Amino acid sequence: MGMATEAQFHVLAVDDSIIDRKLIEKLLKTSSYQVTAVDSGSKALEFLGLQEAEQRNLSPPSLCPSQEMEVNLIITDYCMPGMTGYDLLRKIKESTSLKDIPVVIMSSENIPSRINRCLEEGAEDFFLKPVQLSDVNKLRPHLLKGKAREEEEEEEEEEEEEEEEEEEEEEEEEEEEEEEEEEEEEEEEEEELSSNKRKNVEESLSHDRTRARFNGLEVV
Amino acid sequence: MERNPLQRQVAYMRRSLFDQGYLDEQFVQLEDLQDDANPNFVEEIVTLFYTDSARLIHNIEQALESRPLDFIRLDDYMHQFKGSSSSIGAKKVKNECTQFREHCSARSAEGCVRTFQQVKQEHTILRRKLETYFQLARQAGLAN
Repeated sequence: MGMATEAQFHVLAVDDSIIDRKLIEKLLKTSSYQVTAVDSGSKALEFLGLQEAEQRNLSPPSLCPSQEMEVNLIITDYCMPGMTGYDLLRKIKESTSLKDIPVVIMSSENIPSRINRCLEEGAEDFFLKPVQLSDVNKLRPHLLKGKAREEEEEEEEEEEEEEEEEEEEEEEEEEEEEEEEEEEEEEEEEEELSSNKRKNVEESLSHDRTRARFNGLEVV
Repeated sequence: MERNPLQRQVAYMRRSLFDQGYLDEQFVQLEDLQDDANPNFVEEIVTLFYTDSARLIHNIEQALESRPLDFIRLDDYMHQFKGSSSSIGAKKVKNECTQFREHCSARSAEGCVRTFQQVKQEHTILRRKLETYFQLARQAGLAN
């Protein structure tokens, strides 16, 4: 399929502070993630849009192949000039192609209303700065969930195809069975016509007790 | 493992930076991130902090000269300064930044001017101590 033997998760980090970018990059790399760090929400969208366009056009490798560009998680600072982390989160969740990418927000300020607003908007998690290795360790389940969702969708598609095939097979079988049954019935009818009536009645009585009950011959 | 005198000195200096409140737990986090792939990570990020904060200090100084004071802008600069200080574990610097921001909220020009001097002072003291520390650590490493 052309995938790297060790599929690495690719995280897009967004922070206007050069120190925090260096820090988050190191934290993520230490945790074996591939990292792209940008300094603004608009640059992040540009990067994601670029990746989006590539996957649509399957453009020639003038840039990296789309496999490498795939973003598995976005971690963004909240307080940034221009587009805040919250604005970025909203734009991502509003995008049909990007909305399934898990987003985590970072902030130096512990403001519950801010945290809730982000979580309500669809952020997976909220980290207080300075971000630590223990926080980054919490990312894995979010990443796996995103991956699992992707794989689930692929599996579902495969299953649907299989089901369709099975249904077709079943239909064919049923048709064959029906044909066989019709043949059998014809044979039976011929037999019945040639056998005596008593046998007929017995058969119908034993096979059809409900009818027998209502013909008045039943003794309660 | 036997420590040479230089290594003991480095360990002692490191200990006192924490004991005297110049550095906090975040600095240890940075040390833990340092590895063979990035053997100078701590010094690199500290250097980056000093380069970046020089820019912020300059901006704040300029903003403090304008009349009337733009407290929102001042607070914004200091928010950035505080964030970076916090990220490298610069405890005293971070605390002075908090003081400054309180004066911004209170719209106290005098308070801002005064606390900014304290911010700069702590900022400079820490830089000198860390420079000495890194230099000593390098010498101790080489002396092995």
